[in-house]
This record gives sequence, structure tokens and C-alpha cells, in this order.
Amino acid sequence: MLRDDIVEYSLDYHHSEEQGKVVRKKIWKVTAILSVITIIEVLVGAMLPKAEQTEMVWMLIKTGYIALTAVKAGYIVMIFMHLGDEHKNLRYMILVPYIIFILYLIFILYFEGSYVNDAWEFLK
Amino acid sequence: MDASTAWGGGTSPFKVSYGKLMMWFFLVSDGLTFGGLLCALGFAKFANPEWVAGWPMGEEIFTHFPFTHAHLPLLYVAFMTFILIVSSVTMVLAVEAGHRMDKRGVIKWLGLTVIGGFIFLGSQVWEWSTFIAGPDGDLSTWHDNATLQHNVYGGEVIMTPGEHGHNHTEVVSYGPTLYANFFFFITGFHGFHVFTGVLFNLLVLRQVIRGVYHKRGHYEMVEKVGLYWHFVDLVWVFVFTFFYLV
Repeated sequence: MLRDDIVEYSLDYHHSEEQGKVVRKKIWKVTAILSVITIIEVLVGAMLPKAEQTEMVWMLIKTGYIALTAVKAGYIVMIFMHLGDEHKNLRYMILVPYIIFILYLIFILYFEGSYVNDAWEFLK
Repeated sequence: MDASTAWGGGTSPFKVSYGKLMMWFFLVSDGLTFGGLLCALGFAKFANPEWVAGWPMGEEIFTHFPFTHAHLPLLYVAFMTFILIVSSVTMVLAVEAGHRMDKRGVIKWLGLTVIGGFIFLGSQVWEWSTFIAGPDGDLSTWHDNATLQHNVYGGEVIMTPGEHGHNHTEVVSYGPTLYANFFFFITGFHGFHVFTGVLFNLLVLRQVIRGVYHKRGHYEMVEKVGLYWHFVDLVWVFVFTFFYLV
């Protein structure tokens, strides 16, 4: 059965030339944000190498990198992949199970990894 | 068929067509695959201290740049990231042109996306070959039957003058193998996704040029391959952070 011929949903996002201008302006804005974040990450990486940092400062930089990555991921998924414009049922069905599962995986692997790390230190 | 027939008198709770919904499902499962792989890298890093696995520092992983021997940390990888972001932007512009039924616009932007994909793939080939063979291409990991996991990167090499003015290079110690396993597997798996993405984009571009979607009345197929292409960019954002920065 050919489901691509349910055109109602496929035509939902058609827009006029004027609306297109607004959409394109938004796209270029997000492009600028993504580029600036990447440039900041690269500059921090090149100027503040790990070898020269204390444990505390490196922890802060690392957290900063991960936060900036999350911001970039948010912009890509919500604006470029249009998930922000989709119906909220679809949005939650995609995001909620994924985020819960990955957070659980990070938690459990961090927990286990720290334990194994302690065992190595004990053997040292 | 109209939506109410397909949904037994009602409407779709997700308000998207079947194809787009299935693309999202696929991306969630693919995202879990990459998420699992990157979490495994995190586990290996948490579990094995520096003196066991010898983790290299993020910004020192790749410091080469074509046509120069200067020590340039992160610059080449930043270039690769930039290429992928730009090709993601051209893709979203192709989708936007499709929403206006602008066939010429779709061809232009989708064509540029394909070119960006090829530049990224070429960059990765250069990066990998530099990793494996050294910045001057003078090291061979194959002469002693070593495999890719015994990457010389980070290892020690001695050079002795040989016959006919050629230097004989010998690998004395190898780089961190656990790191190399993760690096080549995850960037390779991502590169494979980029390759298939370029292939899908090319096939859809062919259909666009032939006017198949114009006749159909909507360019949703461009949107679907676009979702896949953005996903590839999304994965690279994480690969970039967890391999080259952290």
C-alpha cells in the first residue's frame, strides 16, 4: 500500500515566497550561532590545552564543551530537522524515550567505570 | 487515499506522512547506536586510567594540515566540522525551496549539499591516511604485518639511512590501541553514514531533475533525505566533542 499518497500531511509545510523569506532568515541565524559556537570550541581547544590546566579548570572546560555540544544538537534537531515545528505528540515520542535511555546509559556506565577505575588504582 | 481512511476515520496523532514518521523511527534507532558507541568510549575512559590505556589529549590528536608541516592543533578537524555544518545549511535551504515548489532552488542547494558531502569524505580520507601512514606518507604499518588497530600514531619511530638514499623507517612502539579502536570504528561508522547520505542525496537529486516530485505535488522526499543528512551532521557534532575536544 502506497502511503506517500496521503498528501494532506505532505502538503502541510508548503509556504509562500514571503513566508519563505522568514524561514530563510531563521536558517541563516542558526547557521551563525552554530559557526560561532564551533569557533569558540576550537579557540578554547587551541589556546587552553589540557596539559596546561589544573584538574579543576579542565573539569570546567570539559563541562563547557559538553554544554555547547548540547546547545548545537538542540539547534540542529529543533530548527534544521524541523522537530520544533512538528506536532507535539511526534516531538515527545522522539525525544523523551531517547533522552531517558541515554541519560540512564551514561549514569550506569559512569558508575561502573568509576568502580573499575578504583580497582586499577588499588592494583597500582 | 486520504488520512481519515488510513487512520480508520480519525487523523494521525503525529500529523506527518508515513514515510517521514518511519524516517524518524530509523533515526532514533541509529541515534541509539551512535549513543551506545560514544557511551562505550566514555566507559573505557572512566574505567582505564591514563597510565593503563594512555589516552591522548583531545587537541593533540590531529595537528596536521595539508601542504604544511606546521603544528596546527584542531584546525583541520575544525575545517571538516565547518564543511559538514555548511552542507547541513544547504540541505535545509533545499528543503525550504521544496516547500515553495521551487525546482531550480532545490537542484541548486541539493547539488551543493552533495559537493559538501564529497569534500567531507575526501577530508576524512586524508585524515585517515595521515593517521596510518604518518604526515609525510613515509611510514608503513604494513611492512611488519601490523593491522589498523596498531596505528603508529603516538608511537615511536626510528629512521636509519638505507640504500639508494632512502631512509628505512621502523616502528618501535605503537600508539594507544584502545583509543585507536574506538577512533577508527566510530569515525569510520560515521563516514559510512556520510557516504550513504551522499548516495541518497544523489538519487533524490536525480529524481528532482527528472521532475518526479514536481509532478507528485510535493518535495517531501527531499525533506526525508534531509532528515538523514542533518542526523549525520548531528552525530559529527558529538564525535567532534568526544574525540577531539574532551
